Amino acid sequence: MTALQILLSAVCLVAAVWLGVLIVRDRQPGDLLYATLGLLEVGLVAQLVIGLVMVAGDHGGVNVAAYVGYLVGSLLVLPAAFVWSVGERSRSGTGVLLVAVVVVPVLFLRLHQLWGAR
Amino acid sequence: MSTSTRTGFGRILVFVYGVFALAATARALVQLATQASRAPVAYSLSLFSGIVYILATWALATDRRRVALVTIGVELTGVLVIGTLSHPSDIDRASVWSDYGNGYGFVPLVLPFVGLWWLWRVGRADRAGPAS
Repeated sequence: MTALQILLSAVCLVAAVWLGVLIVRDRQPGDLLYATLGLLEVGLVAQLVIGLVMVAGDHGGVNVAAYVGYLVGSLLVLPAAFVWSVGERSRSGTGVLLVAVVVVPVLFLRLHQLWGAR
Repeated sequence: MSTSTRTGFGRILVFVYGVFALAATARALVQLATQASRAPVAYSLSLFSGIVYILATWALATDRRRVALVTIGVELTGVLVIGTLSHPSDIDRASVWSDYGNGYGFVPLVLPFVGLWWLWRVGRADRAGPAS
């Protein structure tokens, strides 16, 4: 994986533990958590830009459509989770965010696999 | 408190279904558009499973229980039949339901059971709730 993907995975892990604690203690996420998720989204936008530069260069036959698909798809996860989560202010709403920060590193793995399969 | 398939645990379930709806459909469309000849049957099956996930997501999110029951039933049948018949060695030639969803961490195998359990839970809560 790229350095950025490892860094963002670490942020996802921190957010996942944080969300887990909130669910157990039945507390609602605060501004600091939402800021962390916002930062994560900024990192995903950076990944999209870097990824587009990578596939525009010498990509050695990687499936460009699939690769860009995962890059763009990864941007949708957190905003969709946020919208769906604030619709219900409960443990379950927070659980939606937890699922999202688990899904994002899985998408990194798929990107890594696709790039490695050249 | 009125029960619905989209509240409580259903909130999380709908999101997971939504992720699979998007992932399976988008991936199958890309595969069919760029490399359909490699594994046309698997990619078509993936597209079918993506559509099933979309319908199930919509049904669960809008509390349409009969549609949810039918689509999750199709999903369960699909993952059991395809999972039993198809064991490709190359994940790029596999459908979502091949090898019981092995390429997706077996979530496709677990998801329909969770979905059916949830429909049963919500239905039972309804019968026990307002009527008594």
